[in-house]
Amino acid sequence: MSQQPALSTATPVLQVSGLETHFAARNGIVKPVNGVSFSVSRGKIMGLVGESGSGKSMTGYSIMGLIDAPGKVVGGSILLDGREVRGLDAESLRALRGNRIAMIFQDPMMTLNPVLRIDTQMVEAIQAHEDVGRHAALDRCRAALAQVGIASPDQRLKSYPHQFSGGMRQRVAIAIAILLKPDVIIADEPTTALDVTIQGQILAEMQKLCRESGTALIWITHDLSVIAGLADQVCVMYAGRIVERGSVDDVLDSTAHPYTLGLLNSVPSRNPRGQRLRQIPGMTPSLLNLAPGCPFRERCAHATRECLEDPLLEPVLGHPTDAASAAHQVSCHHPLQTGIST
Amino acid sequence: MSVFIIRRLLQSVLVLVVMSMLVFAGVYAVGNPIDILISPDATQADRDATIRAMGLDRPMWLQYAYFVKNALAADLGKSFAFNVPAIELILERMPATLELASCAMLMAVVIGLPLGLYAGLKPKSFAGKTIMTLSIFGFSLPTFWIGLMLIMIFAVFLGVLPSNGRGATALLLGIPVSFLTWDGLRHLALPAFTLALLNIALIIRLVRSGTQEALLMDYVKFARAKGLSDARIIGVHVLKNIMIPIVTVIALQFGSVIAFAVVTETIFAWPGMGKLLIDSINVLDRPVIVAYLLIIVTLFIFINLLVDIAYSLLDPRVRLGESDS
Repeated sequence: MSQQPALSTATPVLQVSGLETHFAARNGIVKPVNGVSFSVSRGKIMGLVGESGSGKSMTGYSIMGLIDAPGKVVGGSILLDGREVRGLDAESLRALRGNRIAMIFQDPMMTLNPVLRIDTQMVEAIQAHEDVGRHAALDRCRAALAQVGIASPDQRLKSYPHQFSGGMRQRVAIAIAILLKPDVIIADEPTTALDVTIQGQILAEMQKLCRESGTALIWITHDLSVIAGLADQVCVMYAGRIVERGSVDDVLDSTAHPYTLGLLNSVPSRNPRGQRLRQIPGMTPSLLNLAPGCPFRERCAHATRECLEDPLLEPVLGHPTDAASAAHQVSCHHPLQTGIST
Repeated sequence: MSVFIIRRLLQSVLVLVVMSMLVFAGVYAVGNPIDILISPDATQADRDATIRAMGLDRPMWLQYAYFVKNALAADLGKSFAFNVPAIELILERMPATLELASCAMLMAVVIGLPLGLYAGLKPKSFAGKTIMTLSIFGFSLPTFWIGLMLIMIFAVFLGVLPSNGRGATALLLGIPVSFLTWDGLRHLALPAFTLALLNIALIIRLVRSGTQEALLMDYVKFARAKGLSDARIIGVHVLKNIMIPIVTVIALQFGSVIAFAVVTETIFAWPGMGKLLIDSINVLDRPVIVAYLLIIVTLFIFINLLVDIAYSLLDPRVRLGESDS
């Protein structure tokens, strides 16, 4: 696992195309990930945004090869550093997990094993991939803990998870994720369960870590305000598909998809004081036997008969045509023309 | 830790006192040993002399007071039937019962744990379902019937295993034990398995549900995300988490196997405490019954103490003696 091609930020380190994950249910097939494509480059941060049930976490799990039966990745390709990962056997996948692709989970109170000491949980992560002694491994653990801002790592290594606060536990989880300097880290809403000040600190640290180490970061969240300050690229997911993607500036300032606008308007601070919070009417559709057509049409003010047909992910027209916005794509028959209208 | 143990010991003394009163009153109510112990043709003078010698002419509370006084000097009275100290009689039989119970529980863990793990990891597989179905038998079949069937099959029809007694014993630290000789092991097999069966079923069910629950936890998913091998995830992450309820059940079952091995010991003519208890109840040998029950209570208290200590070793969140309401 040591082949490291020349570091270039231009070629994406992770390239996902047409990813499809299906769950066989009793009365049909659920498609939480339905043809998702994106790519991330080294040192870049990509935000994957969507409501609960939009398939963003499932996309993360699919890339990690952590989909449990009855779920299955049925289509698409996942290129990690140019190498196809999908369809690898269990052992090769295991060797990649934690080593080349790491993942951080939402609830730091639950991700660390409550009955094992931190040093056990960190050392085993190294020893699962490399043949190193306990002492050498512990040195690296100390370094990783210091890197994520944990004071007195020596003492902390001998502690149990319950002796840490939520923010500290998430730092430990991040330290575990960066232990082996992976190419990609998938962070599944890692700051959602934390309070705002801790969230800010962790965001800043993650950003710094990725820039410094050249790790690509996929940040899964429902919170566009987090993405605004953190990410380079954004993919907005809805009902298992990517409905809009582009650079943060493009997506947030020249929003093209009505759903993205709905998400933006749902952020409380964007609402005028004293008024009812704006919300997207309705709920995410059931992913079981989803009918063809735009999945958002039931909740969309712009929906017409045309929306009964599947929209394609196409470049947004009418924007300044510099290189960055050429990558701004939307999957909508009636893309918004004017950006955010408040 | 030591504060915790001292407090627990004080609580235990209280339990023992209350228990001794209950047992004493209970045994007193069961019947009058004089009717059984003294032959009907004895003269009235003989009767009175014997009753006085046994201290049975005093009122119950006074008898209890004497019993407590003697008990404090580690004397639980002499057996009416054998005229030897009751405690001696019981301690003489205890190794046989302890050996039987230990073997049964060992069997239960060695068989139950892997089967339960398998059933928990592969709940939908044919083998997993078979294990669960068979475990229902372990629960529902009565022990005496299992014992009789095992004797029928292995001792009578197949003639491969002996059906009664301890067989040849070897001395371990001055105590005769069966498991060190081949003949003893053969004698141990059937009664131990009879006692183990229920516990195998119990452990299978506990381990299975614990495993299924643990597999859904985020820490298992995170462990997989770290790229750990399945063996490490199951053997360390899952197993250590599910051991807490299992240790409780194993320990409590160990206590009840010792206390209630009566039926099995009777069927297999195993010379243990259970058989002694039955014999003593038949002749209303009060001191032996009381001493037996007190020893069992002490044993339970001791096992519970060990369980609490085991908790604190298994689960770092459990701190002994800090807050225990």
